[in-house]
Amino acid sequence: MMASGYNAKEEDGHPAGVTVHGVGGPVTVKNKKPDNTAFKQQRLPAWQPILTAGTVLPAFFVIGLIFIPIGIGLFVTSKNIKEFEIDYTGVDMSSPCFNCSQNYIWNSTTPCTCSVPFTLDQPFENNVFMYYGLSNFYQNHRRYVKSRDDSQLNGDLSSLKNPSKECEPYRTSNDKPIAPCGAIANSLFNDTLGLYYIDPNGSRTAIPLVRKGIAWWTDKHVKFRNPGGNDNLTVAFQATTKPVNWRKPVYELDPSDSDNNGFINEDFIVWMRTAALPTFRKLYRIIQKKPNNLSPTLPLGQYVLDVTYNYPVRSFEGRKRMILSTISWMGGKNPFLGIAYITVGSVCFFLGIVLLVIHHKYGNRNNSADIPH
Amino acid sequence: MLRRCLNRLLGRDERRATSRTIYVGHRPCHEAEVFIPPKFCDNRIVSSKYTVWNFLPKNLFEQFRRIANFYFLIIFLVQVIVDTPTSPVTSGLPLFFVITVTAIKQGYEDWLRHKADNEVNKYLVTVLEDGKEIKTESEKIKVGDVVEVEEDETFPCDLILLKSSREDETCFVTTASLDGESNHKTHYTVPEMDKDLRSLRATIECEEPQPDLYKFVGRMDIYMDNQEPARRSLGPENLLLKGATLKNTQKIFGVAVYSGMETKMALNYQGKSQKRSAVEKSINAFLLVYLCILVSKALICTTLKYVWQTQPGQDEPWYNQKTRKDKDGNQYLKMFTDFLSFMVLFNFIIPVSMYVTVEMQKFLGSFFIAWDRDFFDPEIQEGALVNTSDLNEELGQALLFSHSSDHLAAVEYVFTDKTGTLTQNNMEFIECCIDGFQYKNKEPSYTERSSEVDGVDVTDGPVNQLQQKAGMDKEELFLRALCLCHTVQVKEQADQVDGHGGDQVDGGLGPEGFIASSPDEVALVMGAKKYGFTFLGMQSNTMRVMNRDKEVEAYQLLHVLNFDPVRRRMSVIVKSASGQIMLFCKGADSSIFPRVRQQEVDRIRMHVERNATEGYRTLCVAYKLLKNDEYDIVDAELREARLSLQDREDKLLKVYNQVETDMSLIGATAVEDRLQEEAAETMEALQGAGIKVWVLTGDKMETAKSTCYACRLFQRGTELLELTVRTLEDGERKREERLYELLQDYHKKAVQDAPPVRAGVTRNWSSSNQDYGFIIDGATLSLVLNSSTDSNSSSYKNLFLQICQNCTSVLCCRMAPLQKAQIVKLVKNSKGSPITLSIGDGANDVSMILEAHVGIGVKGKEGRQAVRNSDYAIPKLKHLKKLLLAHGHLYYVRIAHLVQYFFYKNLCFILPQFLFQFFCGYSQQPLYDAAYLTMYNICFTSMPILAYSLVEQHICMEVLQENAGLYRDIAKNAMLRWGPFLYWTLLGVYHGLLFFFGVRLLFSNSALQDNGQVFGNWSYGTIVFTILVFTVTLKLALDTRYWTWVNHFVIWGSLAFYTFFSFFWGGIIWPFLQQQRLYFVFANMLSSVVTWLVIILLILLSLLPEILLQLLRKPRGPHSRQKNPLVQPAVGVNLYPMSQARPLLMKADESNTIL
Repeated sequence: MMASGYNAKEEDGHPAGVTVHGVGGPVTVKNKKPDNTAFKQQRLPAWQPILTAGTVLPAFFVIGLIFIPIGIGLFVTSKNIKEFEIDYTGVDMSSPCFNCSQNYIWNSTTPCTCSVPFTLDQPFENNVFMYYGLSNFYQNHRRYVKSRDDSQLNGDLSSLKNPSKECEPYRTSNDKPIAPCGAIANSLFNDTLGLYYIDPNGSRTAIPLVRKGIAWWTDKHVKFRNPGGNDNLTVAFQATTKPVNWRKPVYELDPSDSDNNGFINEDFIVWMRTAALPTFRKLYRIIQKKPNNLSPTLPLGQYVLDVTYNYPVRSFEGRKRMILSTISWMGGKNPFLGIAYITVGSVCFFLGIVLLVIHHKYGNRNNSADIPH
Repeated sequence: MLRRCLNRLLGRDERRATSRTIYVGHRPCHEAEVFIPPKFCDNRIVSSKYTVWNFLPKNLFEQFRRIANFYFLIIFLVQVIVDTPTSPVTSGLPLFFVITVTAIKQGYEDWLRHKADNEVNKYLVTVLEDGKEIKTESEKIKVGDVVEVEEDETFPCDLILLKSSREDETCFVTTASLDGESNHKTHYTVPEMDKDLRSLRATIECEEPQPDLYKFVGRMDIYMDNQEPARRSLGPENLLLKGATLKNTQKIFGVAVYSGMETKMALNYQGKSQKRSAVEKSINAFLLVYLCILVSKALICTTLKYVWQTQPGQDEPWYNQKTRKDKDGNQYLKMFTDFLSFMVLFNFIIPVSMYVTVEMQKFLGSFFIAWDRDFFDPEIQEGALVNTSDLNEELGQALLFSHSSDHLAAVEYVFTDKTGTLTQNNMEFIECCIDGFQYKNKEPSYTERSSEVDGVDVTDGPVNQLQQKAGMDKEELFLRALCLCHTVQVKEQADQVDGHGGDQVDGGLGPEGFIASSPDEVALVMGAKKYGFTFLGMQSNTMRVMNRDKEVEAYQLLHVLNFDPVRRRMSVIVKSASGQIMLFCKGADSSIFPRVRQQEVDRIRMHVERNATEGYRTLCVAYKLLKNDEYDIVDAELREARLSLQDREDKLLKVYNQVETDMSLIGATAVEDRLQEEAAETMEALQGAGIKVWVLTGDKMETAKSTCYACRLFQRGTELLELTVRTLEDGERKREERLYELLQDYHKKAVQDAPPVRAGVTRNWSSSNQDYGFIIDGATLSLVLNSSTDSNSSSYKNLFLQICQNCTSVLCCRMAPLQKAQIVKLVKNSKGSPITLSIGDGANDVSMILEAHVGIGVKGKEGRQAVRNSDYAIPKLKHLKKLLLAHGHLYYVRIAHLVQYFFYKNLCFILPQFLFQFFCGYSQQPLYDAAYLTMYNICFTSMPILAYSLVEQHICMEVLQENAGLYRDIAKNAMLRWGPFLYWTLLGVYHGLLFFFGVRLLFSNSALQDNGQVFGNWSYGTIVFTILVFTVTLKLALDTRYWTWVNHFVIWGSLAFYTFFSFFWGGIIWPFLQQQRLYFVFANMLSSVVTWLVIILLILLSLLPEILLQLLRKPRGPHSRQKNPLVQPAVGVNLYPMSQARPLLMKADESNTIL
């Protein structure tokens, strides 16, 4: 590449008096004539598109015509999604969880419980998804986000015994490696939420909550692995200790189901997927629709949320919420997208009309001006 | 004296004031004296920069002295030292690569320089030492050495000529490599001195080295035994300059006065100036803006972080405890490291890749110039050359390869050499007119002048249609006059010129066979030869001429009445074999016509005027017979005048004027210094493009002026404003007063009285307003530039510049090489710092080539120096048109777009990351994954813009070439001014805001899948990033006007690659990664319908303003179109005032219609 820069220097050696068009001398100068390729001569065949009113105007109308229905669809869908949200932090004196939130002691042997009653104004059909929501909780803080060891969570034995440095200061406890290590795991959300339907006659019916299917399939089946398989977790985690803030070791997260225990506990996996914003929700349980599908999953009426209040948020002005939501093809309730689509569609349509007018005016003049030539 | 002291005090003129004393042959003046040899620098020429030992430290130092390198080094070090969000490898690796490649390249170049230096320094020369001839290396010559130089050798240092092998104590040199004048100059030995160099005792006192080639003042004291020293004054005629070549003289002896880097050549060889193009300046300015943005972003974040942390529980909530190290650190140190971390996080806004891409574009793009077949010259079998080597290596910003293709755009001033550049430096006898009848030369190369018949003295028929020839005797008289009235010498020893064997092909002597101080004279003698009269040479005052009948006629040369610029004619008085004494005179028409009989004048004047308008140099030839008694008087008067010691010049002039009267006019000649092919068209195109052309030449004013007319730089209607020694010496007053008066006068004429000219409009062909041409010569220029008082000097300069700027063309004649550079510098640094371009072919142009923003070398006859020092070398002047109008324009548009686009895409890349800080507790959490951060500029978005910047043609090359006016669209760096920059920046901000907040609104409910599962922060980043990559790529696609397969390939390929990469990157648990952040994030993202909808919506919304703008620009189109409907290839010269505000859309449209 660089050699070309020195051609001149090499050629300095030529005697000055060389006559190139010498008489009769078939001067065999090596042919330095540049290649006649389209690329080198900058004559590559090319498509030279132009944005003219003729091409753009129809596009505007088409965009408008497509976007507005999509927007309406999104809007209607979002509107039909039922969502119920209740804050159970217990900030107010009146709140049933006020006591629990006030007298918080880590490692208290007797868990504090409270019951939050609420009313659903409309029935929730189909599968209902139960979320817990946290506010002012910085799961996306850099120190927090990086404080995990993915190879430990993937079942790597050496990482189990020697967790990554990134887990500091939640790496070891009493000279034993913490499993799972790191700030994220340490702060696992450990409130237990239970939902009861209060019959008009006053009796409580527990609503069955499904604890599986709440994590990404790939996380559950590939990214998170128990060391040495799912059996005998107690042995596998023998040399390790539980995270400091946990009440029970990782192999007791769900002793009833070996497929949901240890690192592959779905509550744990969901928590480990750090949220994007300081106010977030995470999927907690799924309330499956009734098999006969005759009555709504959650009929309207009185409910009670039973909270085992373990998770302190008052220290950082946080809030805890419980959200019940139905889900459509577009996910949870989000009116923004529908409105945005309708707006953009309308703007495009409107611009199309404006441009059409402009084009019509100027286009005519343009044409007439061109004719004389 | 007082003034000199003052000057010295003021720091001006510092070197010239002192002088040096040289002992010839290092011998003391008196035996008794203790000789202390003075110290001068040695004769080594050093152009290399490094030695083996200092290469590494010096090179590294120089590289890191560059702002950009230093910046990236700092970023790298910060990443190593401080706990930052991104790994040091991301910035360390590219930096290391760039530094290594640059070091290797520079090392190689320096090695080449070492080789070149050695060649010069180790050249063997002969030095007289203690009476013996010793061969030694050139670098060992000391000042005071007596050096012997043989014919065709170059002088190894500046010498005072002591002894010549020629009898007349002269020698001939050619200074082609110094000032470009290829004719032979006569230099004289020191008068009246002892010729035995072995015993010569002398000292030379001369001024300290100064770069002016034509100035030298010194004196020589010759010490005889016990006598008062004889004092001789020395002038430039005694000084032989290093670099000049000895010609036609067997050998000379000279004493070295200046050596090595102090020679006039070395002093004239300007250091390579730092060339910064407008683009680079813009990049620098933009960089500064972005650096400010970067720093303020980091500052804002740091401040807010600490404000935020003061709220209870935010700094260290229970779920996110700090490590011990974090807790213990000093508060202020932590603030500082936080600041640095933010800098590192946002540093992608100024990526290394931009430098690499810009340099790649410049480097690869310049290949198109070398590849262009239109630049190929079949005569020399070469095409254009782009010197990518070290020209700009000291440039502040350049990292890899430095080069200045973008200079080619927005050139406002072209400085051109005359000889060899505008003209072919090849005088040719075109025609003559004898007694009113026109005789045209017949020559093979002129076959296009078809009306010629074979034969020696063909008449083309007089213009007045009379098929009548002048009488035979008139013809012969005229030809004899041509053969006799000159100072041409025939090159001696025809058998010795074996180096030029080709000259002797047709039995006669080739052009090199004649030596003259002016190429015109050679052309005339050659012309006479073509008509059958051959000048054979001088033999002891006898001129021998071979006539048509192959008989040798001998004429005794009695007197030569030398040429001088005041008389503007020369004469010879000869005595023929038959004893007739004749005076032949030739000169400019204006100086001959009053001295001949009037009836003869009218018949010839017509021819002369016609020839002059055609751009030929015309001379009239007259003669007169002198009777013996008349001659005796003349002879006596001449001798008397010559010997007079006082007012010799005036007396001679008087006698000359007396003698040269009552002559009869025989005819006129027309000689052409043939213009380069298409020189006039090229100049016209340049002027049409709004470029001002200045001709800078070392040549005589008359010659240069006629060339300017021939190139149509001056038109017939052009009013010439002359500022030369001649006009200055009109009055009795001091030169400076007169100068000031003239400057004021011209200024009034050209600047004040001129109607206000709109910027961009230059030549008005309808000639409704007056065109001005400005002529200045070297002596006057130095008066203007180095005026005695400071206040005057600056006001002179300003006046001068203002006049020049209002003239269509400026001619500067009699320029020393350094003066050329001075002029270029003056203009370069004038208001608005216009882009300058210098074009030249000789070594005398090197300094101006180096000084100008763009230096262009023409591969001419005068060696390779110009080519070597240029940025571009082209075979012919005519190629300049395409180089500027097509290549330059395209380059500019490409690189300007490249630069703007790069800043834009990095702004909208980093802005979301900045905004994210407000939502993550100012914790320096990156929004995007590290792989995306590093690959964004390297893989995902770099190729489309690189391809764009290589192949984009928003207007066809043909159209660009034919419509010089289009060049004005990009005048004054139009695309890189603050306006466009602001537009791009706003666009980047708009996009960045849109990306971030669009997705932010989407994430107000992060359950985006139909199974109720939620997305995390990496999904957030990936969605933003996907929108980003697609938007910036499609934005470029919108801007692309010329879609070749390359563009299709890289644009769609980049998007496909991004998609593929994201799948791949998220598809595997990578064992070497600490965190599997993106595992299946991308695939999950795509499984969500709303995400698709958001991506589409945001991309469309981002591009909407751009589309609208492109459309709305259109309504302006029709108006400009009405004015200039013709953009068709058929249109010949670009006389049409092209619109300046045509939208890109229109251009593409029109170029489409052509295809």
